[in-house]
Amino acid sequence: MPEPMLKVEALTSHYGRIQALKGVDLQVAEGELVALVGGNGAGKTTLLRTLSGVQPASGGRVIFEGEDITRLKPHARVQRGIAQVPEGRQVWGPLSVEDNLRLGAVLRRDRQVAADLERVYGMFPILKERRRQPAGTLSGGQQQMLAMGRALLTKPRLMLLDEPSMGLAPLLVEQILAAVVDLKRQGTTVFLVEQNAFAALRIADRGYVLETGNVVLSDTGRALLANERVKEAYLGV
Amino acid sequence: METFLQFLFGGLTVGAVYAMVALGFTIIYNASDVINFAQGEFVMLGGMCTVFFSLWGLPLPLAAVAAVIAASLVGVALNKLAIEPARGANVVTLIIITIGASIFLRGLAQVVFDKQFHRLPSFSGDQPIDVLGATLTPQSLWVMGGAAVIVVVLWYFFTRTTFGKSILATSHNRLAARLVGINVEVVLLASFALSAAIGALAGILVTPITLTSFDAGTMLALKGFAAAILGGMGNPLGAVVGGLLVGIAEAMGAGYLSSEYKDAVAFLIILCVLFVMPSGLFGRRGTERV
Ligand SMILES: Nc1ncnc2c1ncn2[C@@H]1O[C@H](COP(=O)(O)OP(=O)(O)O)[C@@H](O)[C@H]1O
Ligand SMILES: [Mg+2]
Repeated sequence: MPEPMLKVEALTSHYGRIQALKGVDLQVAEGELVALVGGNGAGKTTLLRTLSGVQPASGGRVIFEGEDITRLKPHARVQRGIAQVPEGRQVWGPLSVEDNLRLGAVLRRDRQVAADLERVYGMFPILKERRRQPAGTLSGGQQQMLAMGRALLTKPRLMLLDEPSMGLAPLLVEQILAAVVDLKRQGTTVFLVEQNAFAALRIADRGYVLETGNVVLSDTGRALLANERVKEAYLGV
Repeated sequence: METFLQFLFGGLTVGAVYAMVALGFTIIYNASDVINFAQGEFVMLGGMCTVFFSLWGLPLPLAAVAAVIAASLVGVALNKLAIEPARGANVVTLIIITIGASIFLRGLAQVVFDKQFHRLPSFSGDQPIDVLGATLTPQSLWVMGGAAVIVVVLWYFFTRTTFGKSILATSHNRLAARLVGINVEVVLLASFALSAAIGALAGILVTPITLTSFDAGTMLALKGFAAAILGGMGNPLGAVVGGLLVGIAEAMGAGYLSSEYKDAVAFLIILCVLFVMPSGLFGRRGTERV
């Protein structure tokens, strides 16, 4: 097996004395769509925050494309191609939709920004229609699209998504997940975190189950969907 | 009518200075949530450094530029040495730190410079201009014009440049800013430097009118703070309007009542705002924060 794009080894992270990650091991290969599912408080958001460098690791390592990035600043990780769509979208409400998108490209010096902006508008035409409006006036689903578009404008090689379906109506969940599948088809590696285990595992190549800071299961998406323990705990069947 | 106009001109002139100080408060507050009570010392440094740099032989325009740079460096140092090490501390602690920094800078100015009052020559002479029976000095026009230019430049910077927008984005949602790769430390640094530069410019413009000394910043910080909370802390438009209103109120109070009340007006405004409308005229900028 070739070196995975992302390798997480024995990663731990603390909030004061509370240990939120207790030694997480996982891998994501280039081109894969990997899902991480787990209940509320399992440590999913903490893991993504640690991968992006906005939360310190207290132990373990994060290897991205062969390089140890465990201690790198967030902007250095974005520069290497790691983007995150954070939980709760976190758009800049008073700034216009287009400013939100353009700021995604703040570190870029290449000439593809305008083309990538059009690509995002092609994926989510409603954003183009509303490009001059403050992002705060968008609906939840539209803000999710904006957050994804903004992350795409960093030109990521690895996209981290934190519960993109949270709080959305079923039809919108379908639309957002279809966009995630599209991302993968176009060659972006995706690490998708979800409480909505069914939705995530259905589209994932592989999946991990996180419980109170530990990975307790890992398998293909399909196998996890059929797993008795997963069914009972996360799929409500 | 002429007297009213005369007071109004006086009020607008000092008000423009308060507006610049209030803008300094606003920029640092938005970037870091810190209310920087050393803001007045930037104004003092602008005036005092210009005075002494020109005493030491620099031509006035160069001395002024050097003073702005010096004040900006002090702003950066304040952030690096006093604010950043206390990251995560509560609001009261941070305020006490900035008050400490303000006392320190005053002491330093006393040692490096002196305890005397100093003045700068008016930029365009002292020939008063007659406006509808009241008089306006050319230096007043410099102060008001300077403030207007600063407002326009700031507006352009924050709404038209990527760096300005990155600063805004950081103040609205720091997590999102870090996740797209905005270097938050650089944003903080720039905010302190910018805020200090604006304060220093205000100090340079107003010194020919009010004179300056090592402790000139204390009252200015207080009045700029009154202006900022009157307009709504964090709102740049509010800072400008608040500054002008405090200046006008003070000039009217001093003119029609007694000049003894001059400084009391700012205190009165602070108390009224805090008790009656804590979010000020324009409210806090309307955003979610993380
Ligand atoms: N800012 C914080 N301060 C203290 N504890 C936190 C903080 N954020 C999360 N936690 C704790 O860390 C654990 C993992 O939280 P989180 O990563 O948000 O889980 P998830 O995203 O899976 O719901 C939980 O026990 C939570 O209470
Ligand atoms: Mg979460």
